[in-house]
Amino acid sequence: MTDKVITSENVRLYYGEKEALHGVNLDFKKNEITALIGPSGSGKSTYLRCLNRINDLIPEVTVTGSIKMDKQDIYAPNVDITELRKRVGMVFQQPNPFPFSVYENVAYGVKLAGRSKVSKAEMDKIVEDSLKKAAVWDEVKDNLNDSALSFSGGQQQRICIARVLAVKPEIILLDEPTSALDPISSYAIENTLLSIKKDYTIIIVTHNMQQASRISDQTAFLLDGKLVEAGPTKEIFINPKEKETNDYLNGKFG
Amino acid sequence: MHDEFLDQLKNLQSTFMNMGINVSEQIYQASSTFMNHDKSQAKLIVSDDSQVNTEEVDLEKEALNLIALQQPVAAYFRQIICILKASSDLERIGDHASSIAQETLRMKKKQKLPDVDAIISKMTLKIREMLEATLDAYLHENESAAKLIAQDDLTIDKYFVECRNLIIAEIEKDTKKIPSAASYLLVVRLLERIGDHIVNLDEWVVYNHSGKLVELNPGKIEPDLIKNELKTEKEEVDDNAVENPNSVDSPSK
Repeated sequence: MTDKVITSENVRLYYGEKEALHGVNLDFKKNEITALIGPSGSGKSTYLRCLNRINDLIPEVTVTGSIKMDKQDIYAPNVDITELRKRVGMVFQQPNPFPFSVYENVAYGVKLAGRSKVSKAEMDKIVEDSLKKAAVWDEVKDNLNDSALSFSGGQQQRICIARVLAVKPEIILLDEPTSALDPISSYAIENTLLSIKKDYTIIIVTHNMQQASRISDQTAFLLDGKLVEAGPTKEIFINPKEKETNDYLNGKFG
Repeated sequence: MHDEFLDQLKNLQSTFMNMGINVSEQIYQASSTFMNHDKSQAKLIVSDDSQVNTEEVDLEKEALNLIALQQPVAAYFRQIICILKASSDLERIGDHASSIAQETLRMKKKQKLPDVDAIISKMTLKIREMLEATLDAYLHENESAAKLIAQDDLTIDKYFVECRNLIIAEIEKDTKKIPSAASYLLVVRLLERIGDHIVNLDEWVVYNHSGKLVELNPGKIEPDLIKNELKTEKEEVDDNAVENPNSVDSPSK
């Protein structure tokens, strides 16, 4: 049995008075890709953002229930949020490289994490390894000092993935990472995720059903802030238990 | 899914059902043609079979288009796969019916084996009952009915063994009957194979409903089942006549 890296129980999220997540119970296994699917407004991104406490940045948000990472409650008062976000990296829908060089983008997180003793040679290696893992090294290696913004969307997104990898997280959250990209760039990102999953636990929110079925091991379907069903991707896409899942997968609503 | 997809899927399903009904009629026609030695009817059946084959190819094209262009998943995916696979079985049943008709054409003399004809008639009736019940189970997505129908294949297997023993006995009595006996043997074998294809159809009904790939053929699940059943029956009959029932050869040998 694969280890559970994250267990969440009865997760509820409120925007002020309004409950947006109605008690989600969901676990994530080590070295697997889990896809979160559901129509817009189903709460999948909101739930994803609970996992590295990025929702904390919104003032009126309250989260109840429990989310444990390696059995430790990430909402406990003594948790260091910067430390947590080092363990749980995130990639967003729009590629968001900083307006620096490719090299500085990838090195940024490492510097921020306070590893001041990293030598130039060590940093060179971290940057190269991260860009290689993100499958973009060959395309940027001759232009490491060019602005990251001068690359294509697909390349920018992989530079952003390299930036996350450089900090050596255990878990990577991706919020619709390919919805702004063309099919070729999307495939490149998917390949990257498949090739790095042996070292990470990956959770991806996607609107692209084929993407979920192609790359994920587990799929969770959310609707109206509730988890409708979760399980191995093969089962969800061939024989889902709930009619709502079947209807959504076939584009009947949402 | 779009309404257009649902319409196309419905069309696919009704084409499949029609194909099934036609194939059932084909079985009836073929075996009565054989029993009545009606050569002109047999020619008709052989030429009609290409119609079923064309229908099957059209159905396959339609199903493949739906998969490639609409990319259905879950229940819709299973429905299309079920039709795609089950239509191959129907097509094969049609081929077998056509081969039975061809045997009618091949039989030169009217060397009928009335005892075998009687069993062929029962066998045909049973097969058509099974096929039509299977189509009904498909239509109503009735998994438990499909599993029950598959059990009936054992009856077909028994008829087959009975026929084979009768045919061999006829040859032993009169070697002039060898050519017609060969045709009879082939025909009962084809009917027995049709039974197996109907069991395959039942397996697809189960897949359609539950997503599970199962083996429902009683003879495949337990190869000695039919041998043992026939042995028991024979032992009961011979109980008084034979001192040591174990010395009786298995009828299926």
